[in-house]
Amino acid sequence: MRRSHQGGRRVSELQVFWFAALGLLLTGYAILDGFDLGVGTLHLFAKSEFSEGSDDHGERRILLNAIGPLWDGNEVWLVTFGGALFAAFPRAYATALSGFYMPFMLLLVTLIGRAVAIEFRSKRPERWWRAYWDFSFSAASTLVTLIAGVAVGNAIKGIPIDAEGEYAGTLLTLLNPYALAVGAFAVVTSAMHGSIYLALKTEGALRKRVTGWMWTSFGLFLVAYIAVTILTLVSVPGALKNFERWPVAWVLVALNVLAIANIPRAIQQGRAGYAFISSSATIASLVFLFGMAMFPNLLHSSPMPENSLSIYNASSSETTLRLMRTVAFIGAPLILTYTTTVYWIFRGKTRIDDTSY
Amino acid sequence: MDVLFLSRLQFALTVMFHYLFPPLSIGLGLHMVILEARYLLTRDPAYEQAARFWTKVFAVNFAVGVATGLVMEFEFGTNWATYSRYVGDVFGSALASEGIFAFFLESGFLAVLVFGWDRVKPRVHFFSTLMVFFGSTFSAVWIVIANSWMHTPAGFHIVGEGIHARAEITDFWAMVFNPSSMHRLGHVLLGSFLQGAFFVLSISAYYLLKQRHLEVARKSLKVALGIATVSSLAMLLSGHEQARALAHNQPAKLAAFEGHFETGEGGTGLYLFGSPNPQTKRVEYGVEIPKLLSVLVYSDPNKPVPGLDKIPADEQPPVQIPFQTYHIMISIGMYLIGLSLLSVFFALRKRLEQQRWLLKILVVSVVAPIIANQAGWVATEVGRQPWIVQGLLKTSQALSKTVQADQVLASILLFTFVYIGLFAVWVFVLHSKIQHGPAAVGGGHGDDGFLEVAGERVAREPETSLTSVPSIRVACADLTKEDAE
Repeated sequence: MRRSHQGGRRVSELQVFWFAALGLLLTGYAILDGFDLGVGTLHLFAKSEFSEGSDDHGERRILLNAIGPLWDGNEVWLVTFGGALFAAFPRAYATALSGFYMPFMLLLVTLIGRAVAIEFRSKRPERWWRAYWDFSFSAASTLVTLIAGVAVGNAIKGIPIDAEGEYAGTLLTLLNPYALAVGAFAVVTSAMHGSIYLALKTEGALRKRVTGWMWTSFGLFLVAYIAVTILTLVSVPGALKNFERWPVAWVLVALNVLAIANIPRAIQQGRAGYAFISSSATIASLVFLFGMAMFPNLLHSSPMPENSLSIYNASSSETTLRLMRTVAFIGAPLILTYTTTVYWIFRGKTRIDDTSY
Repeated sequence: MDVLFLSRLQFALTVMFHYLFPPLSIGLGLHMVILEARYLLTRDPAYEQAARFWTKVFAVNFAVGVATGLVMEFEFGTNWATYSRYVGDVFGSALASEGIFAFFLESGFLAVLVFGWDRVKPRVHFFSTLMVFFGSTFSAVWIVIANSWMHTPAGFHIVGEGIHARAEITDFWAMVFNPSSMHRLGHVLLGSFLQGAFFVLSISAYYLLKQRHLEVARKSLKVALGIATVSSLAMLLSGHEQARALAHNQPAKLAAFEGHFETGEGGTGLYLFGSPNPQTKRVEYGVEIPKLLSVLVYSDPNKPVPGLDKIPADEQPPVQIPFQTYHIMISIGMYLIGLSLLSVFFALRKRLEQQRWLLKILVVSVVAPIIANQAGWVATEVGRQPWIVQGLLKTSQALSKTVQADQVLASILLFTFVYIGLFAVWVFVLHSKIQHGPAAVGGGHGDDGFLEVAGERVAREPETSLTSVPSIRVACADLTKEDAE
């Protein structure tokens, strides 16, 4: 199916560029939506406004408003990742989405449910109403992270793909122990990241409770990190092949370990900002490791590696890749400008005012 | 039921549901931009109050629009994988451009628009409102371009053979400015302005009838009436241009719209209504104006418009659905022009508020542009069948090969269930916002239903902590002021 005129060096540079660009979009998504999904996972651990001893608004309202102005923009990274994958590697987009049909439908419904829960929770004061949306918000946030993690796990492990480039497994193929372990790892990672974000946005009694969440979720993260690392080395034979090719990538692994080690240190010193930078760096290097495990494949076929969809056999034409690169170069500074502006405008501790949820 | 039927049903359900919200976001966005600009110019607090109120309404609508739009983006891959492989090179770039140029813009500034009233200066806030409006408009631009390319593909060539054939882009600007994208874009944006304007007119008229929030209602009504009148008249031109372009680009679709089975001699007539019967190849129970279609399309009463008989049998679209939805759209368009002009007539004579019958008509007319937009979408998409990309790929060939009918059915049930709930909650929240009205805006998102209670409590115990919130004090002052009116 590949076109013979598309073998030149320029094309392959563009293909690598788009692999990297997708990696950056995924990193942006994992760091940014990572914390608001994590806040969702932690949501039910906070006191509602109906609990005894809570202040007027309840901790859950603070949690919602800590991510209030930002979650929607964070989700756009996922939307753009989807659009960019479609444009740059349509075959991989088509195979992944049609192959993972039911998980994707579930993911979409959960994302909708989450958006709605955030928007509608505050619209009625009744206890049952708020309890219902609190539960929906938390369950949906956790489920989104879990499904995304399971997808990543399957991508690393490899999925059966036939000679036509179509997914050849079933739904049960996707629910293997390794992928589920990566899913659980994603949930605890975002919970940790979310709790650190909350430390930046809260004060008083709630801040103290958040510190407890940080320690617990960091402990869970560490256990899961070690477990998933061992599982990967044991059950995914090709995971390290790119490190043999580019040994310099070990530097990133070292930085990853340092970033992780810095998290408890920063929490201990009460410097939530440093902890947040460290957990962001941790997530960024995890996405990098994911990219190292995949490159140059987008969908790794197992047990028939010759059917893998790589950046070379699944990409769009040179014209589209070049055109989209121009679009990306124009768009990226704009995106960074407004993302930074919005985060700057909404910096500081979360306070409930008349525009809050 | 087969996968093709179910996938088409799923796409129709999810896109029609989604399409309730973006036009309203675009239309309300324009309205908010004008109101806020007037506030900056006049510093009349009623304009600010109105802008704040519509922003709250906008936010609820926007959230549902984004959530349901997410489904659309991924559905191309889940249900139409063969289509995605075939056209990803061309279609994907428009979709990705939407994400990069429109989505980041609107969702970034939406935060400032909704949560930033007291955090940024009025000018910065106005800028954010403008950016959100631009963002939602750009979104429409890219989506309409992508969709128009499916109707009138341009700027590409086909590479490969048989099942491995695929479209590759050769000329980006030819793809963007394909023969139908600009007509269509104008038409879609005007439809959105109308949906937003009649939404505002409906609620404002309701307040006038109930004698509540009069200042905000009058200001909003004036702005919305302006948008409605200009847009509905411009729609007449846009619709006409569309039909002329259609005759050139997609004659099969035009023939289906008009129930025009046989190419006759001389000028072709136009049916005002009727029921086309594919068996007898006639329009039954119809009223026809002779030669009018030829006049509209060619400006020549005697030049025949080609009928469906000029189209190969396996490339003919169904007729009944496009005919009916097209005629519903046009009738509503005429109705909206009449209603706008009538309202303007009374408004200019400063007698609109006395015409309770007209205000009542305005209240219920909120559904008219919604139906017209939906009908227009159904007409244009069903009228393109059996093609998914006109002349290149048939809908039946575009499906995902790995997806089974029961999976699609399960997802339809899932979406139906979720969307019914979503719609109920959307209506419920809008209803409670409208019941509370602009005065409640300052009371906060957080506590609807709260202000009525709070108002009483404040009146009895002036020293409660509620009055320490400045906006609540303002809101309460407004309530008392309105009571006095």
